[in-house]
Amino acid sequence: MHMADALLSPAVGITMWGVTAGTIAYCSTKVKKDLDDRKIPLMGVLGAFIFAAQMINFTIPATGSSGHIGGGLLLAILLGPYAAFLTIASVLVIQALFFADGGILALGCNIFNLGIFPAFIAYPLIYKKIIGRQPSPTRLSIASIIGVVVALQLGAFSVVLETVASGISALPFTTFVALMQPIHLAIGLVEGLVTATVVSFVYTARPEILQSAVESRPLGNISVRNIVLAFLALALLTGGILSWYASKNPDGLEWSIAKVTGADEVTGTEQSLHHVLAAIQEKTAFLAHYAFPAKQGGEATTEIATTGKEGQDNSGQLGTSVSGGVGSLLTLTLAVLIGFFLRRETAGTRLKAEG
Amino acid sequence: MRSIDGAVLDLKRLDLLATGDSIIHRLDARAKVVTTLFFIVMVVSYKRYALAELTPFLFFPVITLALSNLPISYILKKIAAILPIAIFVGLFNPLFDREIHAVLGPISISGGWISLVSIMGRSALTVGSAIILIATTGFISICHALNRLGIPRVFTVQLLFLYRYIFVLTEEAARTTRARELRACGKKGLGFSSFGPLIGHLLIRTWARAERIHMAMVVRGFSGEFHSRQINRFGRNDYLYVIGWSLVFIILRSKDITAILGAACTGLFS
Repeated sequence: MHMADALLSPAVGITMWGVTAGTIAYCSTKVKKDLDDRKIPLMGVLGAFIFAAQMINFTIPATGSSGHIGGGLLLAILLGPYAAFLTIASVLVIQALFFADGGILALGCNIFNLGIFPAFIAYPLIYKKIIGRQPSPTRLSIASIIGVVVALQLGAFSVVLETVASGISALPFTTFVALMQPIHLAIGLVEGLVTATVVSFVYTARPEILQSAVESRPLGNISVRNIVLAFLALALLTGGILSWYASKNPDGLEWSIAKVTGADEVTGTEQSLHHVLAAIQEKTAFLAHYAFPAKQGGEATTEIATTGKEGQDNSGQLGTSVSGGVGSLLTLTLAVLIGFFLRRETAGTRLKAEG
Repeated sequence: MRSIDGAVLDLKRLDLLATGDSIIHRLDARAKVVTTLFFIVMVVSYKRYALAELTPFLFFPVITLALSNLPISYILKKIAAILPIAIFVGLFNPLFDREIHAVLGPISISGGWISLVSIMGRSALTVGSAIILIATTGFISICHALNRLGIPRVFTVQLLFLYRYIFVLTEEAARTTRARELRACGKKGLGFSSFGPLIGHLLIRTWARAERIHMAMVVRGFSGEFHSRQINRFGRNDYLYVIGWSLVFIILRSKDITAILGAACTGLFS
């Protein structure tokens, strides 16, 4: 459920980057305050462990497919929420950079979806409550399974929200929810079961690891009220930002989002650059004018149909799809040629330098 | 499912590429991180049906790729590897978005297909630029850059740890799974009952390893941060790179270069 950049709008991506960066800063100060410098190598090495463990699969009986461990809740159990959040975030950073598993702009969303819920919801509100003061293997198992399932359900739901708010995918909200939640219920059950066996195993083999994790944590007793308040504030903030953008432009959320984050900046710069670029603009305007009658009076082999609702949206690129197509081809050829040329040039200079 | 050894080799290969030398390699990591991020935001800021407008953005990855002496086929393969995922996520668009947007002779094209292709294009551009970033910069430099861009030190230090130990632990995981597969004789034994203890043991070994690492580091005077010998200065080339490309992206975003080019061309021939 790693989101890709391609389905994201800048507003959603940047908002979630902000939220995630804030949480990382907050968790970092918390971890630093812990004054347990043993923790930093432990976080890194456990992160690498999650990475390695996710590559080990097991066959799920009767389905033929394979599953692997989730990791979020396990890290929270071993490290506590703050350190766990940072570690999950780092695992996702590496997955995004090296395996293109989730995009760079989508990192904010992915860290939020896969980090916040296990560390700050499932761990303190479900896992801790179920195991109570006296952990037992049964309690540990039940707590792990329910914790993972809930975290994954919440994560999947926010994937839906972020995707729909971005408006690149055409999937309607209800269909998307109906697809995502059951799939992630199944995945959650499997991952929960795995987490439960690993936690029980560690509990029997090295109980002091879990014990120390439970005790050394004054952060274990985060109150429900604080978390609810924090989330309320977060929701209000996000909603506020998004709706402010939306209300400024009635053409739909998605359009205005793109406009505000990407294009507003652009038009602003364009305005200020206007005088400098006047000559170029004149020229481009002339070219555009020059081409329009040619297209309208064109050979009619290619006919453009722009339809009602999306009309304004499309007139930008589909209304000019002939010139768009030709232009794309030209640009592609040009790009490849430039690349080829530069490549030869750099190779040439290198040879000269070596020879 | 990708094999563990394959994944580790892949990681090492990307890591090795970053040790190369070229104009792009020599740039400050901050310049590359900021420019790549700006590029991605600009690409992603287009509307659902944007297609032709996206093509000029190809100049950025192509030019950096050409200047950086990276093996092109390898980078292309890495990009191609993620396209199935892009197709999968965009697959629903043709199903749900059937409004006809363009008619090309006898074929009418619905909005869903256009947006599907657009999603694929976006994926290729964003993923390509990210791969080029990591292959020309290297993870350690990126971590230092993130640090100097304001990301907390606790986070970047353990990110460096994690990166270092991925190589160690994935190799251990690979050995473990190889042993398990050899003893499994076909499929049985790869099941759930052996999985829990397997991962559990790996975890306990990892924990012990972390404790040893920590002790060794404390003995050597570790105080919570890494010191790097090389101090990168943000030089003239870095400013040129960031400002130059940002200007290009802004112009591309505000002017539909493709349409202008195409219009000029079609106008010429009619």
